[in-house]
Amino acid sequence: MKFAVVVFPGSNCDRDMYFAAKDALGEEAELVWYQTANLSDYDAILLPGGFSYGDYLRTGAIASTSHIVKEIKQQAELGKPVLGVCNGFQILLEAGLLPGAMLRNKNLKFICHFEGLKVENKNTMFTSAYKDGEIISLPIAHGEGNYYCDEATLQKLKENNQIVFTYTNNPNGSISDIAGIVNQQGNVLGMMPHPERAVEQILGGTDGLKLFKSIVNNWREAHVTSA
Amino acid sequence: MLQAPEITPEVIEKDRLYRDMGLTDEEFDLVKSIMNRRPNFTETGIFSVMWSEHCSYKTSKPLLRKFPTKGSHVIQGPGEGAGIIDIGDGQAVVFKVESHNHPSAVEPYQGAATGVGGIIRDVFSMGARPIALLNSLRFGNLTTGRVKYLFEEVVNGIAGYGNCVGIPTVGGEVQFDNCYEGNPLVNAMCVGIIDQKDIQKGIAAGIGNTVIYAGARTGRDGIHGATFASEDLSEESESKRPSVQVGDPFMEKLLIEACLEVIHHEALVGMQDMGAAGLTSSASEMASKAGTGMEMDLDLVPQRELDMTPYELMLSESQERMLLVVKQGQEQGIIDVFTKYGLEAVAVGRVTDDNRFRLIHKGKVAADIPVDSLAEDAPVYHKPSKVPDYYKKFQQMDDYYPTVNSYSEALKALLQQPTIASKEWVYDQYDSMVQTNTVVTPGSDAAIIRVRGTDKALAMTTDCNSRYIYLDPEIGGKIAVAEAARNIVCSGGRPMALTDGLNFGNPDKPEIFWQMEKSVDGMSEASLKLNTPVISGNVSLYNETNGQSIFPTPVVGMVGLLESLEHITPSFFQTAGDAIYLIGETKPEFGGSELQNILENSYFGKAPSIDLDVEAKRQSQLLEAIQSGLISSAHDLAEGGFAVALAESLFDNNLGCEVKLAGDLTVQLFSESQSRFLVSVKQEKRDQFESLVEDANHLGYVTDSGTLRVNSSEETIIEESVESLKALWKGAIPCLLKSRD
Repeated sequence: MKFAVVVFPGSNCDRDMYFAAKDALGEEAELVWYQTANLSDYDAILLPGGFSYGDYLRTGAIASTSHIVKEIKQQAELGKPVLGVCNGFQILLEAGLLPGAMLRNKNLKFICHFEGLKVENKNTMFTSAYKDGEIISLPIAHGEGNYYCDEATLQKLKENNQIVFTYTNNPNGSISDIAGIVNQQGNVLGMMPHPERAVEQILGGTDGLKLFKSIVNNWREAHVTSA
Repeated sequence: MLQAPEITPEVIEKDRLYRDMGLTDEEFDLVKSIMNRRPNFTETGIFSVMWSEHCSYKTSKPLLRKFPTKGSHVIQGPGEGAGIIDIGDGQAVVFKVESHNHPSAVEPYQGAATGVGGIIRDVFSMGARPIALLNSLRFGNLTTGRVKYLFEEVVNGIAGYGNCVGIPTVGGEVQFDNCYEGNPLVNAMCVGIIDQKDIQKGIAAGIGNTVIYAGARTGRDGIHGATFASEDLSEESESKRPSVQVGDPFMEKLLIEACLEVIHHEALVGMQDMGAAGLTSSASEMASKAGTGMEMDLDLVPQRELDMTPYELMLSESQERMLLVVKQGQEQGIIDVFTKYGLEAVAVGRVTDDNRFRLIHKGKVAADIPVDSLAEDAPVYHKPSKVPDYYKKFQQMDDYYPTVNSYSEALKALLQQPTIASKEWVYDQYDSMVQTNTVVTPGSDAAIIRVRGTDKALAMTTDCNSRYIYLDPEIGGKIAVAEAARNIVCSGGRPMALTDGLNFGNPDKPEIFWQMEKSVDGMSEASLKLNTPVISGNVSLYNETNGQSIFPTPVVGMVGLLESLEHITPSFFQTAGDAIYLIGETKPEFGGSELQNILENSYFGKAPSIDLDVEAKRQSQLLEAIQSGLISSAHDLAEGGFAVALAESLFDNNLGCEVKLAGDLTVQLFSESQSRFLVSVKQEKRDQFESLVEDANHLGYVTDSGTLRVNSSEETIIEESVESLKALWKGAIPCLLKSRD
């Protein structure tokens, strides 16, 4: 399986994501500069964390207008897995691939530490390797991770089981403790916590690895059945 | 705005305008004799920044020469952007500390942010990828609104910059004392890693080669920043706010990636960042180091504002700019790399053979100066030194002995002292994990970064107990180095080398110069003894507010090597049943102690003594025990002594402990005697440990009770729930910040 890690100017978790896919997961991975026109060679697309364009407008806003985001939308429509972490999540929101918006953390500060999460929906291509309701621990590192959406959207997210991860101890003020959501089709996941930072025991845990393994497992199954 | 053309050389001399720029009458005469004429306005400005203390080290140079700077593992000592040490396998570690005190005093967010930006550029300009940031901060007590504002905004600025550029901030220290109230200290350290074959130097070699300017455009910010950094702070300092630069971490991130790509380009000859004194220092230093000259056409320099004068262009300290020297004819390949990242890169000049520093502006020569006179030939001063009266008084005092009514209450008070209390409020705001190499995050004795793809790791720390240095600069200087090395050893690393961030008051005062002299003596002796040469550093003088000096604060940033990840050792107790040992003896030493601060609200008397032979022996024995797998946890004893170290060792794993002390309990619990370690050892390894480590005294055991219990031979003297002690320790700083006055 071949992963694309999209690098925007100002991305800074791109290499972390690359190492997670390549070394910890043992799959093919490439860093793809944002000016690349075509992503059809890749089986999954990872949008890493960081501060694309310095986040000088709103987080993810400038990156969401770049050409490669149109290509990402097209690949997503084909059903390929798209994972946006942290700034990647913010870009997906700004690009309209996921509903809602980000506000500044409720304490108005950047926060960085391991945080407890609950797997709310294990029936996605990103979470099938977790147990239902499993409590995991992943690092967070963000200043604007306070997820917000209107009541109608929240109802829809709930009805469609689009809420994938919630915080066990909400650190940033997110509505309904939301830490990660998928689109209605279930192939675009945005989340603030960093699974790529928790793929080796020496870094404090491996709870993030299962997320990547889920992507690979589901891709393999799909390929075997369709072959 | 300064209108350069209207001010003639004659006016500069007659009205002594050079004084406003920081040159003395004698220095101006020296400039005239070097130039064989009166300097024009631009030239006067150039001399004044290059001869400022910040750039020339004219006062501290005679002292810095005393530092041991060599060692078999030293690849690059002081003199380049940063020092470099060999860590084997063809790899090297690059690091340096730098201060940004004065800017942070008037504009804390940008002052701290650009301090971080500057030190990062020093590291990647050598060709190294920055892998970690640390800092060392000093503030007044957290009791006034102004100090709280400075503290919160400095931390915010460090976070704002470091988080955005994607370099983990993994460690540091924060201390609080009244002497820093008007003049906080903000020292930032950056560590980078490089393949030795890729090491770059800041040289302008090769006559005819092209000088390329890359990165942000030049604006009017930070003009004369280096000069501002070289004078006392006062009421008027607020007017120097325009001397503070504004940082753009996004630009820096692009610059890092572009420069790390450019170093593999065959056309690159030399690269240096534009730090203090901007274009002036980078250009003239590169030429001076290479024994060449340089000519630049200032009209080609990318500019952010209209009608900038040569004076402004040369003295601006706009951030995120680099100067490169590139082989003639191969400029485009280099420019293309910067273009990829959306950065400007422009040829602005060439390397010449006449040892002149020549600047052209609108077709006219704006400056023409012998290049060595700016860098190599800057004046050096041997300032008078005098033993301060306070020191004589302190030396004659009887040893201070504190009266403690309740050991428990004293421990609780100590844990809530901001200098001792948890710094989680600070480091939670830093991204400490980006780059996914951080094995030990902030909050331990030293941070640990693994070297990806190897079994090695790097331990790093910053340290400086300025109270001891105030009481006795020579002993305090030794302690600063020894304590940094202790932190490294406790984490499982072998101390390799250090970078010094020397922060002092006004060196024109003989008593201050004496503090500088003596602390450098002490640091040098300890560096030599512990085999940790000084490979880079920074000097920040004139740290005074309205005539009141800070404590002498020579910050030590140290890096150590762990040859195997197996050696990584936590600061915290790990398992109930492990035996607790104190390594080293405890003497009645309370001068400069945290307990003295609490009880007397000042520091006086003698600093704790230190025997460097004993220190070196204990460190090497403990390291051997760690490397032999005998140690479960190791923590050095520092502020607050044994009791605080014992409590801190319990703050991670919900354990408890029971220890028994004999002798004078106040001394045993709270003395700040040096060269001591608190370690825990598995039962089955005790014999081996005891035969290896000579001065280890068995005091008790780790328990699963969740209670910290200390007994004397007769009774229990402290019995406290670890949970409640931890709550006090963790809550102290947030609590102080919340109480608004």
